[in-house]
Amino acid sequence: IAAAKSAVPGAVTMEKVTDYKDATSYNNFYEFGTDKSDPAKNAHTLKTTPWTVEIEGLVKKPGKYSLEDLMKLSAQEERIYRLRCVEGWSMVIPWVGYSLSKLVEKVEPQGNAKFVEFISLADPKTMPFVGSRVLDWPYAEGLRMDEAMNPLTLLAFGMYGEVLPNQNGAPVRLVVPWKYGFKSAKSLVKIRFTDKEPQTAWNKAAANEYGFYSNVNPQVDHPRWSQATERRIGEDGLFAKKRKTLMFNGYEAQVAQLYAGMDLKKNF
Amino acid sequence: MAAGTAKRLSVAALLLHPAAKPVLFVAALLPFGWLFYGALTNQLGANPAEYLIRATGDWTLRFLCLTLAVTPLRVITGTPALARLRRMIGLFVYFYVVLHLLSYSWFDMGFDVADIAKDIAKRPFILVGFSGFLLLTPLAATSFNRAVKAMGARRWQALHKLVYVIAGLALLHFFWMRAGKHNFAEVAVYAAIIGVLLGWRLVQYARKKRVAAGAAQGALRPRKGSGQQAL
Repeated sequence: IAAAKSAVPGAVTMEKVTDYKDATSYNNFYEFGTDKSDPAKNAHTLKTTPWTVEIEGLVKKPGKYSLEDLMKLSAQEERIYRLRCVEGWSMVIPWVGYSLSKLVEKVEPQGNAKFVEFISLADPKTMPFVGSRVLDWPYAEGLRMDEAMNPLTLLAFGMYGEVLPNQNGAPVRLVVPWKYGFKSAKSLVKIRFTDKEPQTAWNKAAANEYGFYSNVNPQVDHPRWSQATERRIGEDGLFAKKRKTLMFNGYEAQVAQLYAGMDLKKNF
Repeated sequence: MAAGTAKRLSVAALLLHPAAKPVLFVAALLPFGWLFYGALTNQLGANPAEYLIRATGDWTLRFLCLTLAVTPLRVITGTPALARLRRMIGLFVYFYVVLHLLSYSWFDMGFDVADIAKDIAKRPFILVGFSGFLLLTPLAATSFNRAVKAMGARRWQALHKLVYVIAGLALLHFFWMRAGKHNFAEVAVYAAIIGVLLGWRLVQYARKKRVAAGAAQGALRPRKGSGQQAL
């Protein structure tokens, strides 16, 4: 996919980009298996053409958008984001896409729309683990409207200059770089505008462990492990020291104002 | 019949062969060899630290299952020669659990004691695994012949029954580690194997007890042949 470097502040980190091989073979995509290597092995069954994304709920222009129309909706940009997984590892990935806000503006949310819900494909025929009891399918995620409108929030169609590999959430996914990776729902089929905080897949599975916000925060540990440090995948091999995790994954300057006055321990 | 006997004899002969132990030793080192080579040549995937920690844990469990399988296999197939190999397999459980502990404290924690203490407070399943390791240590330490003699066979055997507790702790450690993601398929496989191996022992134990009780009853009230028949 042809894309120009993004001009959005904070959107292009200068850190060393993770090897393509690591970024495409070490994935969490539970529809294709719970092992990190499962998605790369199993996701070839995913059919990404034709693909439509349904926009519904509290918007003036609901409807089904074909992938082609979605891709043409705004100019594609390259964004090099840090990705911090809730499990304590991280990568640096060059995504291709555009700010989700472009789509939101296009479909014109109604005044009472306060949240955006993202629903992933759940096709038991092509996704072998849909039906397993690990999560309540389909995978669902959500953002507050102001989070969805932040220019860093990306609707991604590609990475490393190519279309998204299936195991990375083809053909269209969300990328929210200041939140733990699971907030960035993959293989989107529905985007719904609501007035209530949407239920999210991991929150339903373990509400005390995965909150709605799930902002990267070294001061708020996961109940079962520390979030103070992270292992950068591919960095200096086995003996590399872990890095310190940064507040909002290093995007504090761009997003901290969204949470001004909020107790981030309570709203984890 | 004759063929069966011959076959059994040849299995016994293989097990008694002077090369049997060296061959087992080398075979048991193969997983370690692969992990070492894979780490050197960077073939352990995107997160080699995690790979090593998990693989050494897996191999600990596998060797633990093998150790527990020796006695049932020996009795069921009538191959006493198997007993020769049990100690070495048991020591490999210890070898892999030491590697497991070392990988965790080194590659995950960088030998930072404060970090390890904090991690254990967050993840009690590590404590369960660690107590399994602690309990296994005296078993490994008393595995040589002189220890058996010094302790006396009875006390030695009583101590080594700890392996049943260790198996339970190892399973709990694995189950708890996977519980966060409701991911129990593999845990169930190991639980089933260990359940069968320990269940077999319970059945044997109950049967022996019943026989002993029958014999005792026979001794108290001797009836013609009844005591013998119970056996």
